[in-house]
Amino acid sequence: MNDNWEVVIGLEIHTQLATKSKIFSGASTAYGAEANTQACLIDLGYPGVLPVLNGEVVRMAVKFGLAVNATVAKRSVFARKNYFYPDLPKGYQISQYELPIVENGELTIRDEDGREKRIGITRAHLEEDAGKSVHEGFGQATGIDLNRAGTPLLEIVSEPDLRSAKQAITYMRKIHSIVRYLGICDGNMQEGSFRCDANVSVRPRGQEKLGTRTEIKNLNSFRFIEKAINFEIERQIEVLEGGGDVVLETRLYDSDKDETRAMRSKEEANDYRYFPDPDLLPVELDEDFIEYVRKSLPELPDAKLGRFVEQYKLKPADAEILTLSRALADYFEEVAENTEAAVQVAANWVIGELAAALNSEGIEISDSKIEAAALAGLLNRIADNTISGKIAKEIFDAMWSGEGGADDIIEAKGLKQITDASAIEKIVDAVIEANPGQVAEYRGGKDKLLGFFVGRVMQESGGKANPGQVNEILKKKLSDG
Amino acid sequence: MPLTRDQVQHIATLARLKLADAELDDVVDKLSRIVDFVDQLQAARTDDVLPMAHPLNMSQRLRADEVTEPNERDRIQKNASRVEDGYYLVPRVIE
Amino acid sequence: MVQGTDALYTWSLTDLARGLKDGEFSSRELTESLLRRIDDHQQRLNAFITVTADAALQRADAADKARANGDESLLNGLPIVYKDLFCTKGVLTTCGSRILGNFVSPYDATVVERISAAGAVMLGKTNMDEFAMGSSNETSYYGPVTNPWNKKLSPGGSSGGSAAAVAARIVPAATGTDTGGSIRQPAALTGTVGLKPTYGRVSRFGMVAFASSLDQAGVITRSAEDAALLLGVMAGYDKKDSTSVDHPVPDYVAGLSKPVKGLKIGIVRQHFDEGLAAGCEERVKAALAVLKEEGATLIEVDLPNIDLSVPTYYVVAPAECSSNLSRFDGVRFGHRADNPENLLDLYCRTRSEGFGAEVQRRIMTGTYVLSAGYYDAYYLKAQKVRQLISQDFKKAFENVDVIAGPTAPTTAFAIGEKIDDPITMYLNDIYTIGANLAGLPGISVPCGFADGLPVGLQLVGPHFAEETILACAHQYQQLTDWHAQGPEEFS
Repeated sequence: MNDNWEVVIGLEIHTQLATKSKIFSGASTAYGAEANTQACLIDLGYPGVLPVLNGEVVRMAVKFGLAVNATVAKRSVFARKNYFYPDLPKGYQISQYELPIVENGELTIRDEDGREKRIGITRAHLEEDAGKSVHEGFGQATGIDLNRAGTPLLEIVSEPDLRSAKQAITYMRKIHSIVRYLGICDGNMQEGSFRCDANVSVRPRGQEKLGTRTEIKNLNSFRFIEKAINFEIERQIEVLEGGGDVVLETRLYDSDKDETRAMRSKEEANDYRYFPDPDLLPVELDEDFIEYVRKSLPELPDAKLGRFVEQYKLKPADAEILTLSRALADYFEEVAENTEAAVQVAANWVIGELAAALNSEGIEISDSKIEAAALAGLLNRIADNTISGKIAKEIFDAMWSGEGGADDIIEAKGLKQITDASAIEKIVDAVIEANPGQVAEYRGGKDKLLGFFVGRVMQESGGKANPGQVNEILKKKLSDG
Repeated sequence: MPLTRDQVQHIATLARLKLADAELDDVVDKLSRIVDFVDQLQAARTDDVLPMAHPLNMSQRLRADEVTEPNERDRIQKNASRVEDGYYLVPRVIE
Repeated sequence: MVQGTDALYTWSLTDLARGLKDGEFSSRELTESLLRRIDDHQQRLNAFITVTADAALQRADAADKARANGDESLLNGLPIVYKDLFCTKGVLTTCGSRILGNFVSPYDATVVERISAAGAVMLGKTNMDEFAMGSSNETSYYGPVTNPWNKKLSPGGSSGGSAAAVAARIVPAATGTDTGGSIRQPAALTGTVGLKPTYGRVSRFGMVAFASSLDQAGVITRSAEDAALLLGVMAGYDKKDSTSVDHPVPDYVAGLSKPVKGLKIGIVRQHFDEGLAAGCEERVKAALAVLKEEGATLIEVDLPNIDLSVPTYYVVAPAECSSNLSRFDGVRFGHRADNPENLLDLYCRTRSEGFGAEVQRRIMTGTYVLSAGYYDAYYLKAQKVRQLISQDFKKAFENVDVIAGPTAPTTAFAIGEKIDDPITMYLNDIYTIGANLAGLPGISVPCGFADGLPVGLQLVGPHFAEETILACAHQYQQLTDWHAQGPEEFS
């Protein structure tokens, strides 16, 4: 990146709150319904209808505020943002303007150099989502689906503290993790539950005054956001170095061409004529309510990570992966708590085999084909020497395919490890006898050949001989000769 | 102070109203008179006064998070002039 | 055929209720009689936009059956008409506008649900100023309503149709809405009783919004007793309206007997100035004298900011309405412009074709006072002045129980006389607007005639003092008979 220029980025993240009904009406918020089957008269802005606030939405916003150390407003007000667009049935969006429900929060990220960096969260406010416009398939018309109109959104606005696309992504991932941890948003970017607008500007390094910014709208994948921001930074630098000015405007990212394109001048969309919505009263929260919500907060990602490192003596890198989602962390802990195997073993299996299995099918931990208790059971069988680690992997695959629990499979496939010393000795003797050449070489000093013998013994035993014992007995017998 | 034609045209656009040329002057005149009339408010001393948004000092009641509205699309869409496949239609918008 | 059903139209709601209960006549007979009367006078008055004759007769029959089976619902079989601002399921709801000329509401307003649940029979929807914006019922797309006392005169507005229908003895009661005086002013100009309850007393759900923080549903009747009866049915908490108040509903009818003796009545110094027509002033003062005679004390009160109430209103109300009316764009319901060139054309033409001049003017005024650079000077300022006016009332009510004075500055004026100058029209609401700004309950009762035209006395009370103003009005109606006098033409 160009050293003469400093990049300034602020993110506005729109999270759809995971309520059953809409923020101001009792219509369903479920994803994927047929057009306009979840748009009631209130969502449609019919004459005479009135909004009534969904209490769960307030609780969720407060949870978020507490999780990012913000001030939760004891009094917040809904305001109308007035503009005309077909996906906005009332001709205004109910949002919050001067008195949002959450203000002055923060969170910490690690920047590219691994240093901790504080990112300020200016505010988080509640508002209703608009509907969807479909521009293809209706000839000279656009089709409007208002199912989404009225879905609750929490808009999270960061201070312009981010200095690179990488930092922006890190911050965004952290918010993504937090809202999922809190259970207030499912974070599903394909379905539009988690969307981001990026405000990007550049300024000569050392200058205090901010450069003119552009807003890149409706980015819905981490990869695209990073590319879009980087493209925009380059573009702005190019414009400025060429003697031009950056225009204050809204831009869209074209992922096919990997470029941003001007959408409409931000000026034109501007006069929203905000005023407090007279159909709604100020939301007043008392200390008791806020405390009640505080008590319901789960352990947050950072705290959990720290605890995992301390309590389970895990490497920070491992702990970070395990705490990516609350569900994964809970899964891991359930396994760790229910197995006699070392915690590190549990961690390795969750990070390794389990993650690979989930990824191969593109499913979430909550849809795992092996429950935590079952995995713990498998690890127990390694710990008590019933099976070897290698066999355990086979059993894992069988369990994943639904063939039953660890014990059932061990029984059915006769995979019990051979630990009887005399049985192993018999096999070892047979192998030694069958390979006199290699025996001589080994005895002659070629220590590496031990592996060959071990392999042979394992093969003869169908992989079931206890590797540790095999090693021991082989060494003894080979050196005895 | 009277409003200008441009100002009135701008307001009409914000409000999505179409003013015919013939009526523009009359509208400018009437709106100017109204603005003049309400300018009386400037004389009031309101330094330490809080704006009133509601006549009664109440706070917002909260509703339980429940789905209470069934799908009534077909019945409701009878009121719309242009509907196709359950979508409301407007002239094509290019973003 | 019961003798005298033809004269039933002169009966009060209360008396009709008794008559039905005692079996003197059936709901069917009553309904038929009133429907005939509506028909007979529609051309003269133009009080109705929609008459629901068939449904009314069905309802009436059902009511008669129910009564025979012991049903004792409060309004069983009694007639009601709704100002066309109330959404009525399956029935045209136009708000006096072309933009809703084809709008059949898919749901009932809460007010309609409650009155219906009490057994009433809807006869139709009354004419009104477009979207309740007006004080003369001249802005209606469906033509002006004429005053039953003189067909060249306006009945007032915006609930002109409701007031005319009740004054002409066509129906005993009608619902109305009052944002700046739209129930009380037409009541005064037509010699009827008009009640606007405390803001939040009656649900606004289903009442098409004009200015959300000022609108309130109420009734127009010929007696305080009838108003009390209907208020009891309409009032009460509605969870579908966030601004609805959870305040217990007393028995307003039982409360009517509270005597006037000892009542402290405030007279506002600022009300009796050169803006008030002499004839009206005389009648109002005479009414106050009657109350004083009966034992009330008259005390002068000061509302120092009351002169700013009209300009305050004409910032706040248009601001709110400019936003409330944005939903009328032809996309989901209502009038839609033909062959729009593009989206902008669809919006602009639909709305310009659909809205009348006064509505467009108010939308533009509202847009202006909310716009960038003007919000602080106008909207914010107006909301502060509104606070001052409310405080003035609060202070006054520390010393008095009700505030009394004229409802309107003049008697009924000629149709066409004031319509060209918005400010002149706005000043009709000079005495009524204060109660809307402060959310206070107010009632207008007939208190005599000036040059043969009705004059109204207004009583305003503190929040939730409907019982007090109704009782005072009722007692006044025991001592006088102005309210019983109807226009000759309709006797």
